[in-house]
Amino acid sequence: MIHTEHKDYTGSKLGMWLFLFTELLLFGGMFLLFSVYLVRYPQEFVAGGHQLNVVFGTINTVVLLSSSLLAAMAVSAIQRNDRRFAMLLLGGTVLCAAIFMAIKYVEWSTKIHHGIFPGSPHLVAGPPGESVFFSLYYLTTGLHGLHVLIGATLLTWVALKVKHGAVHSDDYVLLENSALYWHLVDLIWIFIFPLYYLIL
Amino acid sequence: MTGDAAQHHVVSYVKLTFVWLVLLFLTALTVGVTRLDLSGYKILVALSIACLKSGLVITFFMHMKYEGRLLCWLLFVALVTLVIFIGFTFFDVLYR
Repeated sequence: MIHTEHKDYTGSKLGMWLFLFTELLLFGGMFLLFSVYLVRYPQEFVAGGHQLNVVFGTINTVVLLSSSLLAAMAVSAIQRNDRRFAMLLLGGTVLCAAIFMAIKYVEWSTKIHHGIFPGSPHLVAGPPGESVFFSLYYLTTGLHGLHVLIGATLLTWVALKVKHGAVHSDDYVLLENSALYWHLVDLIWIFIFPLYYLIL
Repeated sequence: MTGDAAQHHVVSYVKLTFVWLVLLFLTALTVGVTRLDLSGYKILVALSIACLKSGLVITFFMHMKYEGRLLCWLLFVALVTLVIFIGFTFFDVLYR
């Protein structure tokens, strides 16, 4: 019996977008919390934001925007069946992800070293608004960081599939969907950055 | 089928790079504007620019400009849900 694989490009992409909407609502919940507590503790939130490093935040924003460019270019490359260039671009995207995580590591470890983490003596002794700000900061950037790791792993796996010829110009929805996931990671950061780092 | 039409539309590297440059400019703008003393309006301006940036990412990087109407409307539904989700909460929060 001949088994023909069923491919559905439109259905596949639609399914991915529906999943992305659930991700939007997941992070949306965290932005909801942020907005409610910003209204309740405006001064503490501004003070909390002051303690975040704007330079690191801006660099990370540029890094993610650039990684998004590379991922989008990778889709165009595979559509042209330029597999080598697609692999190179995906590699660049993953490199950007690594830079982002390295900067995030520096940010987090510096904060933790200064005794600023959920439940720390310093935060427990301080105003409740400050604790809420940092709890939300760690939760949101932590979940976002997890998505960066997942996205980078996904793109690496797809790059290998391109290398082995499993993903090519006649069947590249896997790459396109992975790039969509990556753009979502970028989108979320586009909102995290001004809300946490720039409301001073 | 519309799916096939979208499948074959290749966005040029030049166009993507141009969108990226605009995004970088908007990032610089956000940082610059929030250094000014606008008090309450600061968050509104920052969020507006963020919406513009995300609009560009969705339209060009995520190919929404070249997709069918169904996808566009579904995105709209998701965004409206989010707006109601956050907006209606404030009917409670603002009047406590």
